[in-house]
Amino acid sequence: MGLEAVLQKDGFLTTTIDAIVAWSRKSSVWPMPMGISCCAIEMIAAADPKYDIARFGSEVMRFSPRQSDLMIVAGTVTYKMAQVVRRIYDQMPEPKWVIAMGACTSSGGMYRSYSVVQGIDQFLPVDVYTAGCPPRPENLLNALMTIQDKIGKTKARDFQNRSLAELEHSQN
Amino acid sequence: MDRIQQIYNDEKLLKKLQEDQNLTIEDVLENEMVINMGPQHPATHGVLRLVLRLDGETVVGIVPELGYLHRGYEKMAENMSHIEFIPHTDRLDYTGTMCNNVGYVLAVEKLAGIEAPKRAQYIRMIVSELSRIAAHMVAIGTFAMDVGAVTMVMWTFREREKVNSIFDRIAGARFTTSYTRIGGVASDIDDQAFAEIKQFLAELEPALVEMDKLLLSNRIFIQRLEGIGILPKEDAIALGVTGPNLRASGVEYDVRRAKPYLFYNEIDFKIPTFSQGDCLARYFQRGDEVRESIKILYQCLDKIPQGEVIANNPKKVLSHKTEIYSKMEELIHDFMIINFGINPPIGDTYLSVENPKGELGFYIVSNGSGQPWKLKIHSPSFCNLQAVSQLCKGAMVSDVVAIIGSLDPVMGEADK
Amino acid sequence: MNTKELIVEKIKEKFGESVEEVSDFRDDLCITIKKDQIVNLGKYLKEDPDLQFIMCKDVTAIDWATRKKRFTTVYHIYSFKLNYALRLKSNIDDNPPTIETVSFVWQSANWYERETWDMYGIKFINHPDLRRMYMPEGFEYHPLRKDFPVLGIPGSLPLPFKAE
Repeated sequence: MGLEAVLQKDGFLTTTIDAIVAWSRKSSVWPMPMGISCCAIEMIAAADPKYDIARFGSEVMRFSPRQSDLMIVAGTVTYKMAQVVRRIYDQMPEPKWVIAMGACTSSGGMYRSYSVVQGIDQFLPVDVYTAGCPPRPENLLNALMTIQDKIGKTKARDFQNRSLAELEHSQN
Repeated sequence: MDRIQQIYNDEKLLKKLQEDQNLTIEDVLENEMVINMGPQHPATHGVLRLVLRLDGETVVGIVPELGYLHRGYEKMAENMSHIEFIPHTDRLDYTGTMCNNVGYVLAVEKLAGIEAPKRAQYIRMIVSELSRIAAHMVAIGTFAMDVGAVTMVMWTFREREKVNSIFDRIAGARFTTSYTRIGGVASDIDDQAFAEIKQFLAELEPALVEMDKLLLSNRIFIQRLEGIGILPKEDAIALGVTGPNLRASGVEYDVRRAKPYLFYNEIDFKIPTFSQGDCLARYFQRGDEVRESIKILYQCLDKIPQGEVIANNPKKVLSHKTEIYSKMEELIHDFMIINFGINPPIGDTYLSVENPKGELGFYIVSNGSGQPWKLKIHSPSFCNLQAVSQLCKGAMVSDVVAIIGSLDPVMGEADK
Repeated sequence: MNTKELIVEKIKEKFGESVEEVSDFRDDLCITIKKDQIVNLGKYLKEDPDLQFIMCKDVTAIDWATRKKRFTTVYHIYSFKLNYALRLKSNIDDNPPTIETVSFVWQSANWYERETWDMYGIKFINHPDLRRMYMPEGFEYHPLRKDFPVLGIPGSLPLPFKAE
């Protein structure tokens, strides 16, 4: 199977640069696990042998924002934490994507209280919202696949010479 | 900033800096350095922030800063009925959810004077011991990961997944269960679940042996933990440390034995203690507690009686759905409980249970209305974190990671 | 003589006039004492060889909103010797609410009192490090007071800037 089966002799392949860049980008998304609360445990569970996020090429959890493409915001973001989340997001290199994992990240969820931000889209551009409190690991994998679809449709020049503001606009 | 300003003001120093670009060893070692660790750091188990003052690689002082996950539980509790708060207790210590459910429900029952049927109490014991195993699996796994043994987290999460699938069958949710109700539990355990629990326990014992083999034959693991972060008995008591961390320092205190709740007085179990009080002792402590939990679970499975799982007390306890749909009385009571709450008598009670992290207490003040006037959560992780600054003083930077891992704080609970 | 009677008798003997109330609701013994005696009572309970309440489990407060003495501070202490948990209370009024710290008696009270200061704005006199525990520095309100709304005061906590 795979390329070896098709290319029995010396062969060549025609494709576009955009297609191959997008394909390689989407198949190895390195997540930044912004594990804040309960969802973080389910995020680890998604990486464990049962659910195995490695099937989707995203097992390389990097705690350093400089090495990652995708931020998984897993857990309730409070006003005090919001500053930190935003700063870490700003440190990630372009292009970057964000998953809002769980109800409280997406909308505040069950926490209608003075210290919880009612949805991280108030200060971050979010690509995929995941339902559940916390979402099951399957749901997180689904979100990851959705992100991969989205990355697959991008073109390399989308990210050239763009200001931050424009990028956020196009990604939303 | 002040120090930099000082250097700029000091002509001699400034001149030296401009002339000599190569700093010498003395220059570096003379100065203390302040570094920031967290709130986004893999070893802080969530969003704990530590500010360390370092002399070389030795920690001179350490200031923990909390509140990055302060969700305002106590304020929200004052604005909802006692029943509505049950799902929130899941998210306190989110590694061992069932224990929190049980603790909160017991506190409300004590305040309102309700007693759950015996079968319900046994079911509560079973689920909280299962939950304890699940929580200690996370604790051991992440602790080992912090000091470099990444395999462990895969192994422990494999065992934890089995508990989660049992909970999935019992409560309908694998993680945030909200299983208990005031006056009982939401649903009965069926035979299939009992069989699953037995199979899980049979598989867990050899797995624990394997885990011990993996870690204790590893010299790096032992040397990074032995004699590190020693917490003497007196200090542990003075700092209010609870749970496994207190027992690893040699204090034989367990709420299940000191003030038995549920039917722990009918169960035969030991309280493991260690006298060393270092990080390695805290690792052994958790392993031994899991073994005791297995013993308790086997006894509970033997002793569990038949019968109802929710108390028959229509004014205080929600009836079953089929009764509400078919009987007028129950419908009215259900309406009253949901809208106006269970109205416990005026007074205040404190009840604590033994959680995986330590003693979880609920102090509820009632003014006779359906909502608690005040609900204070005494969270064990918060108490345990108070020991960090004392334990880390004089340790190396890499030991800080091991010490935090061994204390095993969960920030959802510490920050409330 | 059981434990409860022993504790009550001992405290009444020593602090007869300062004890305001002794209650026993649902088997939880609770002693209310005048606010200027709380440290002395703490020291006595900790050091008395028959009692030895050496562990402080919790310090918190209650906001009664409409009472004349608006706040009540609550202490939960534990004795390993008697295997008994005791609750102490002290009523304080609101102009401004202050009480002596017990963190010199029980070291663990340090953080609990910081938490109570953060949540209720009760000043603990002589506390070594009275900073906010949870809320960010510079936050002006005390969330668990009854006059603070659940959803907070808009604009009191800033959000990071989002580029448009």
